[in-house]
Amino acid sequence: MRHTLAILVENEAGVMTRVTGLFSARGYNIESLSVAPTLDETISRMTLVTRGDERVIEQINKQLNKLIPVIKTEDLSRTSHMERELVLVKVQAKHETRAEVLRMADVFRASVVDVSEESYTLELTGKAGKIDAFLRMLTPLHIIEMTRTGPIGMRRGGKAFAVEEK
Amino acid sequence: MKLTGAQIFVECLKREGVELIFGYPGGAVLSIYDEIFKQNHFRHVLVRHEQSALHAANGYARVSGRCGVAIVTSGPGATNAVTGLADSYADSVPTVCFSGQVPTNMIGNDAFQEADTVGITRSATKHNFLVKRVEDLAITIRQAFHIATTGRQGPVLVDIPKDITNDTCLFEYPETVDIRSYKPVSQGHPGQVRRAAKMLLEAERPMIYSGGGAVSSVGGAERLTELASLLNAPVTNTLMGLGAIPCDDPHFLGMLGMHGTYEANMAVTGCDLLIAIGARFDDRVTGRLDGFAPNAKVIHIDVDPSSISKNIHAHLPIVGDVGIVLKQLIDELARRETKADTNALAAWWQQIDGWRGRDCLHFEQPSDGKIKPQEVIRRLHAATAGEAIVVTDVGQHQMWAAQHYGFRKPRRWLTSGGLGTMGYGLPAALGAQMAAPDARTIVITGDGSFQMCTQELATAFQYKLPITVVILNNGYLGMVRQWQEMFYQQRYSHSYFDALPNFAKLAEAYGGIGIKVEQLDQLDGAISRAMAERERFMVLDVIVEGEENVYPMVPAGAAINEMVLS
Ligand SMILES: Cc1cc2nc3c(=O)[nH]c(=O)nc-3n(C[C@H](O)[C@H](O)[C@H](O)COP(=O)(O)OP(=O)(O)OC[C@H]3O[C@@H](n4cnc5c(N)ncnc54)[C@H](O)[C@@H]3O)c2cc1C
Ligand SMILES: Cc1ncc(C[n+]2csc(CCOP(=O)(O)OP(=O)(O)O)c2C)c(N)n1
Repeated sequence: MRHTLAILVENEAGVMTRVTGLFSARGYNIESLSVAPTLDETISRMTLVTRGDERVIEQINKQLNKLIPVIKTEDLSRTSHMERELVLVKVQAKHETRAEVLRMADVFRASVVDVSEESYTLELTGKAGKIDAFLRMLTPLHIIEMTRTGPIGMRRGGKAFAVEEK
Repeated sequence: MKLTGAQIFVECLKREGVELIFGYPGGAVLSIYDEIFKQNHFRHVLVRHEQSALHAANGYARVSGRCGVAIVTSGPGATNAVTGLADSYADSVPTVCFSGQVPTNMIGNDAFQEADTVGITRSATKHNFLVKRVEDLAITIRQAFHIATTGRQGPVLVDIPKDITNDTCLFEYPETVDIRSYKPVSQGHPGQVRRAAKMLLEAERPMIYSGGGAVSSVGGAERLTELASLLNAPVTNTLMGLGAIPCDDPHFLGMLGMHGTYEANMAVTGCDLLIAIGARFDDRVTGRLDGFAPNAKVIHIDVDPSSISKNIHAHLPIVGDVGIVLKQLIDELARRETKADTNALAAWWQQIDGWRGRDCLHFEQPSDGKIKPQEVIRRLHAATAGEAIVVTDVGQHQMWAAQHYGFRKPRRWLTSGGLGTMGYGLPAALGAQMAAPDARTIVITGDGSFQMCTQELATAFQYKLPITVVILNNGYLGMVRQWQEMFYQQRYSHSYFDALPNFAKLAEAYGGIGIKVEQLDQLDGAISRAMAERERFMVLDVIVEGEENVYPMVPAGAAINEMVLS
């Protein structure tokens, strides 16, 4: 089962290594991981996607919480939540395919962020599935380069996942 | 007033109430050593290898219940310390290790004696720190002691670059520590405690399984013993838990697991309720998981939530400190009208007595033959009334000591359980003897393990520690040989020593007393001489039956009731 975890950590050197080191040392896998500081700059928020059965996920949660700089974790997959991902994709666009690339961008509501004589670079946010579909459609047009962030996620509704729950 | 980093180090240790540290100097910690020279708040013990500094700090911590402290230099000093850190981590022993580091502006430059100490020790410590500014030093040291000694205890490393030890800042000792991301729970959830009490009183065949957590928790051992008698329930200890209940308590069934007693393993297999108290269901204990306590509901008390339901599902988890939770539980049991079902318990005890009747630890000591290793341990027990501090290395001798010594008190049994570090014994005994100067400290070791940290005899001599080292000399890496005999058709690949030193002379070369014992009738004399010695260490090189095996034994992959008894 795929699980998306939200993790609040102290924003200090070495925390990423502690988290990734935990996963490699215990044989868990990380599908994706994204990190940035929160509004409170002393805290960073990670979104980590992993796979495992109930027991493994329970251990992952407990082991994460055991790391000293980890403040709090939440298994988003157990809540009603949303996930979004961002992709940048550079697609070949020579005379005959230039229009087709733009048409695809239009269909998926992606925006063009860079243009050259031979390529367009497109930006798209959405659920992982939408991004997968977008990339599938662009593949025949020849993708030169692609980078995606991995998902970030948040619980739905008015409550915050924060250090002190309000 | 402004202080240097090195002075702050000394001030902080003083405020932490540190009385003893174990260490080895080098370039990166010279400024700290200079301040150590000038102060008289704590003693520094010079060991002969950094691994030993950590083992000695471990031994000191386990006997005293306080935090062990070690200091090593950068690079090789720190890498030598890794085994000792990993050992304390595996056994959850509170230690703080300070390591020197190259100056901050040199870090990452492959500087002389630079090692990525924080990187290397990350998975061998509960937590570690690199101090980057002298202003952070005091708070970091404060946090290090706090983390090492609370919750599930363990080693913490503080890496201090050399320039930080010379930089100055205003010294302010943080009176309190508050780490928002680290809040160990010590009180058990009252609802869970009530449910546990109910389950315990309803059980027909209850079984208490306790471990290292019951020894390290304040009041854990006393309350464990009290709980057993309140419930009239049998108790088994892990290797790490020995001493938490006196060996002659009628409820005690001995150790469980791979080399546990028949009665303990059978009772765990047959019980209908298992209450695990500060124990972590290690694979040496459980054997094949689906055969472990197959008929039991499981209650698990542990400070570390990640120990709970890791290997065996806990029907009722209680996160908290053993001593505190057992107090809650005992109070709750006392409040209840209903009492345990005495008829069911009587039948349960009858069954257990049947298993006890197998006398699984029995061995024959011929009066004129080779000395049996088990016999040596029994005689050590007799000579010390079970009151000595017993420290072991790793191997067969360790298991015989666990099975045959018979412990009366907690914090008197020191062994490397989780990591199984050969070489632990002698250095840990240094720390143990220093923590309890008046106690008799005995190292039970093998001819293999003893050679891994022999150099610490020099430390024992220098500090006049009257440690008794008993080598159960079988000429083999016995535990390896036993496995080769049982599972590799007796192909003794590299488990035999063709060259052993004369251990008695070695002892004398280091300034101690050495005695070789080859006949049974020499044994008691040698032991009583050692027990009377108050100043010099003594090495008894006891030549024992070479191919004796440790029984009972649960073969790898078997369930714990599938024991080989002899
Ligand atoms: C050659 C060899 C053979 C071995 N054979 C056996 C064997 O036959 N039987 C055996 O039992 N072991 C054996 N061992 C030891 C084994 O490897 C483990 O070290 C041991 O079983 C672990 O003991 P424990 O479960 O008590 O855990 P420990 O490592 O002592 O861990 C303590 C547990 O208690 C918790 N805890 C700590 N402090 C507290 C507190 N204050 N309050 C609440 N909880 C707390 C911790 O979170 C942890 O879960 C052997 C080792 C060697 C080297
Ligand atoms: C540092 C280290 N290396 C290797 C081992 C593997 N090992 C476990 S027991 C053992 C043999 C120990 O021999 P000895 O100390 O003579 O004790 P005996 O088993 O003969 O009592 C070995 C090699 C270990 N536990 N630790």
